[in-house]
Amino acid sequence: MVSTEKQEEQKIWKLLEQVSDPEVPVLSVNDLGIIRKVEIINGEVIITITPTYSGCPAMDTINMDIRLKLIEHGYKNITFHSILSPAWTTDWMSEEGKRKLLEYGIAPPQYQSDKKGMKEENIECPQCHSHNTKLLSQFGSTACKALYQCYDCKEPFDYFKCH
Amino acid sequence: MDNSNVEMNQLLNYTLHLADTNLILAQRNGECCAYGPILEQDIAITNITLDLLGQARNFYQYAALITGNTATEDSLAYLRTEREYKNLLITEIPNIDWAQIVLRQFFYSVYQYEVFKHLQTGADTQLAAIAEKSIKETTYHVKWSSEWVIRLGDGTTESFEKINKALQNIWQYTGEFFIPADYEKNFIDYSTIKEKWISKIKIVLEEATLKVPENIFMQTGGKTGIHTEHMGFILSDMQYLQRTYPGAEW
Repeated sequence: MVSTEKQEEQKIWKLLEQVSDPEVPVLSVNDLGIIRKVEIINGEVIITITPTYSGCPAMDTINMDIRLKLIEHGYKNITFHSILSPAWTTDWMSEEGKRKLLEYGIAPPQYQSDKKGMKEENIECPQCHSHNTKLLSQFGSTACKALYQCYDCKEPFDYFKCH
Repeated sequence: MDNSNVEMNQLLNYTLHLADTNLILAQRNGECCAYGPILEQDIAITNITLDLLGQARNFYQYAALITGNTATEDSLAYLRTEREYKNLLITEIPNIDWAQIVLRQFFYSVYQYEVFKHLQTGADTQLAAIAEKSIKETTYHVKWSSEWVIRLGDGTTESFEKINKALQNIWQYTGEFFIPADYEKNFIDYSTIKEKWISKIKIVLEEATLKVPENIFMQTGGKTGIHTEHMGFILSDMQYLQRTYPGAEW
């Protein structure tokens, strides 16, 4: 019994790889590191999620997308728990996720979050890979991103800031 | 009421105070949407607003849990009367100009940062969790607003005049930050928070060539529901839809 539940949980983790962040569709919810726990207790699927930003409008959509994906694969009884502590950090983003971000044209977080307070400067341009870049705005197209510009190729780009 | 009821009531009121302050400032800042001085700053102030609103939601959800019965985050945010709101007065004042908007954000964000730092290690684990989450966002708000205060204060004659005028206008609303309402005393000790707030804002104001106003009468009342004349207008804007079409969703 226990082992089947474990296997089911593994299957759900696999399915979650197919659920993407609606604002950064190249990242799965696993890449983002927001899924803290997947459990099956007496046939009920319990998914524990930690939000990225308090006001992130994507969170409700993400819950809905996960629910739909699981329903599609025959799971019916699904509950979400939101957990605030420990707070989500970009350190939990997978290396795979960071690579995908860069390919997509968004500079991935550059430092470990405990180094925060240090200036996020010389961020690598995702287009031409120059480090000769400047911050245009601390706040970009979504709460999790800042807006930078490259001095060399002149392209503006989004940077997924350390959090 | 027995002791545990009194304590629950204090926790509820304090949580609502935190929620309301964020909500009303979010409502005010939200007025900037599509009116920011340039596109990047329009996006910045609305992103900050989104953070404030998200934090408010976490506090309202907790308050709804404490209240029980049919209370929800929405009923608490939208369906109370003016005297029931416990937000700080500074959040109610009209936007007037960019100087007033960024200075208000600066005073509040530095304050919020210190309050969250305090709550993070507090006895109430849910308030601690919300604070732990929120402080990461507030750190960015402090940074952004500090830079704007310096930029305007140490900018042109006109920008200095505008932010100095905002300072003379807003300062009177900062006194109540540190005066605890009865319901707050179990959760927070403002003596060290006040010291840290003053020393932090002085560093920025000095760099902005601004002087802290002296001998100014300090307004109070927000924490206990006595609001400025602006509050009713904010609420009528904010509550109109839910009061006219109860339960409307889109």
